[in-house]
Amino acid sequence: MLIKEILWVALGAIRANLLRSFLTALGIIIGVSAVIAMVALGEGAQRRVEDQISRMGTNVLTIRAGQRMFGGVSTGDTEDLTVEDAEALRDQSPGLLTISPEISSRAQVAYLRWNSNNQIRGVWPEYFGMYNLELEHGAFFDQGHVQGRRRVAVLGHSVPETLGTPATILIGKTIQIRGQPFEVLGILTEKGEAGFNRPDEEVFVPTSTAQYRVFGGRNRLSSIFAQVASQDLMDRAFGEIDATLRREHRVRPGEAVDFSVRNSSDLIATFNETNETFALLLAGIAGISLIVGGIGIMNIMLVSVTERTREIGVRKALGATRGAILFQFLIEALVLCVMGGVIGVLAGVGGAMAISRFAEWNTAISPQSIVMALAFSAGIGLFFGLWPAQRAAKLNPIDALRYE
Amino acid sequence: MVIKTEDLSKHYILGVETVKALDGVDLEIATGEFVAVMGPSGSGKSTFMNLIGCLDTPTAGNYWLNGGQVSNLSEDELARVRNQEIGFVFQTFNLLPRATALHNVELPLIYAGVGVKERRERAEEKLSLVGLGDRMGHRPPELSGGQRQRVAVARALINEPALLLADEPTGNLDSTTGKDIMKVFVDLNAQGQTIVIVTHENDIAEYAERQVHLLDGLIDKDFRNEDREI
Ligand SMILES: Nc1ncnc2c1ncn2[C@@H]1O[C@H](COP(=O)(O)OP(=O)(O)OP(=O)(O)O)[C@@H](O)[C@H]1O
Ligand SMILES: [Mg+2]
Repeated sequence: MLIKEILWVALGAIRANLLRSFLTALGIIIGVSAVIAMVALGEGAQRRVEDQISRMGTNVLTIRAGQRMFGGVSTGDTEDLTVEDAEALRDQSPGLLTISPEISSRAQVAYLRWNSNNQIRGVWPEYFGMYNLELEHGAFFDQGHVQGRRRVAVLGHSVPETLGTPATILIGKTIQIRGQPFEVLGILTEKGEAGFNRPDEEVFVPTSTAQYRVFGGRNRLSSIFAQVASQDLMDRAFGEIDATLRREHRVRPGEAVDFSVRNSSDLIATFNETNETFALLLAGIAGISLIVGGIGIMNIMLVSVTERTREIGVRKALGATRGAILFQFLIEALVLCVMGGVIGVLAGVGGAMAISRFAEWNTAISPQSIVMALAFSAGIGLFFGLWPAQRAAKLNPIDALRYE
Repeated sequence: MVIKTEDLSKHYILGVETVKALDGVDLEIATGEFVAVMGPSGSGKSTFMNLIGCLDTPTAGNYWLNGGQVSNLSEDELARVRNQEIGFVFQTFNLLPRATALHNVELPLIYAGVGVKERRERAEEKLSLVGLGDRMGHRPPELSGGQRQRVAVARALINEPALLLADEPTGNLDSTTGKDIMKVFVDLNAQGQTIVIVTHENDIAEYAERQVHLLDGLIDKDFRNEDREI
């Protein structure tokens, strides 16, 4: 019942000075809403990056042909990457999960009277898994199609539209790629942008078919992709690729290699780091504003203690212990801060939703950030309320009663 | 014996000067007595009341309340004594302005940890006792001075204290209202309540059965009222 009295008194005091209480809590409100909105923005950006990672392939290494260097000087001749290199990597490098060669170029794609110019990618079936490409209709091609240099194609999500035909109708139909007939096996789900690629607008065919039937017997690959099981195994994978390709290209140890290996997730890791720094910075700013808010709370609590010195004296004269008075002012500060926190959470959530609607930024409101913001504002209330409350509790009853 | 003091003193040191507000008071007050403390302004009456009311601590001397030594009690124990053993009525009422009369009277019971239902019943009973049964929901600003002081008396009585103290309870009231309050005190005393009041008005002091006069922090006179008004 003492707690009820204390809460009643705290609410009464806040209500009696409503405007002042609100202005005091404003610091907390702004701090908390900033935290909530910032965390929501950060979380949204994080999710976007994670999407991006999955689209750019998880732990995928890109191998490209490079110039052969000799003593720091380019010797001019470049060694191509070939399907044999890809096969060697597949067969001799156990550290690589899947391999796919890639040969790509733009070409004319036609169906009935429609035609368009698309990126044609000659790949192995493993490519789809590597880049998390999924089927919406039909099927992928398999190694059998690759071996048989079969004229089959899997289309990116928006290709049927450019060919003026619904996806379901296009399955099993024959389209023309650079004049060659190809059977449509499958249509992919929508992916959006993935780095510089737009898988939605691409046409995927077996590597062998692309080499011999589309690009006219070209042996040179654009690149080879190798997927590694986990980030931890990257170093080992780099080593294996290096060893295998040196053997294939007969590059002696110590001599410079004629290819380059690039980790596509490096870029994302960098972005993530930046994002984290940014989040930390924002958290710092929000933290400072909460502390400033807390100081405001302390200030107003000191005013409140001074104003109510006589009341404190009366309560002490009637038998209130130091603890009861301490508790009363602590609760008042706590209630003030938590109310500020709740309003701040509402404002922050509202702000985040407004940002995502009007600025079209991704936001994701995390329940943890709400719980944390509330806990933090309660902590601020306790921390900054303690000193004024102690001052009230320590007052001598007669001095308090005599206070003018 | 409700009160026994021995060389009770309160000295204030202001720079080089020492103000001897109370300078060694020996006094005994028995259960059921009605004592008026008198004396000129600055003689130490309020200081004495605050000391025996445990609102202030003496700089020297001893004080027994109900046979228990008070001087060496802790802050929390003193709070309990103020809550349970003493009822204090102030010249300026000292009610909480935003709380109703009922809530003001309940306050000591809240700090005593009494449950809501019992609290309400007891507070209503005391308010009726002082003749304010019909004003329980009113806040102090809505009450007259006399009514406020009655609320304060009800509040002082709520815990059935061993000692009822009143420092110039009629000081802020006109003489008729003051006399009404004094009649409340007389009735209470008739039922066995020990009462000590401070006043500098003779006709108020006449209600008491004993007068103690202070002068410069010392007892000047201590006598029984022969021609007590009833
Ligand atoms: N906090 C204090 N600091 C210094 N001196 C004080 C303090 N309180 C009281 N005094 C002094 O102690 C003396 C006694 O004061 P007290 O209030 O007890 O007088 P009183 O008899 O109640 O007077 P009154 O009839 O005017 O109320 C006075 O001289 C006063 O100036
Ligand atoms: Mg006085």
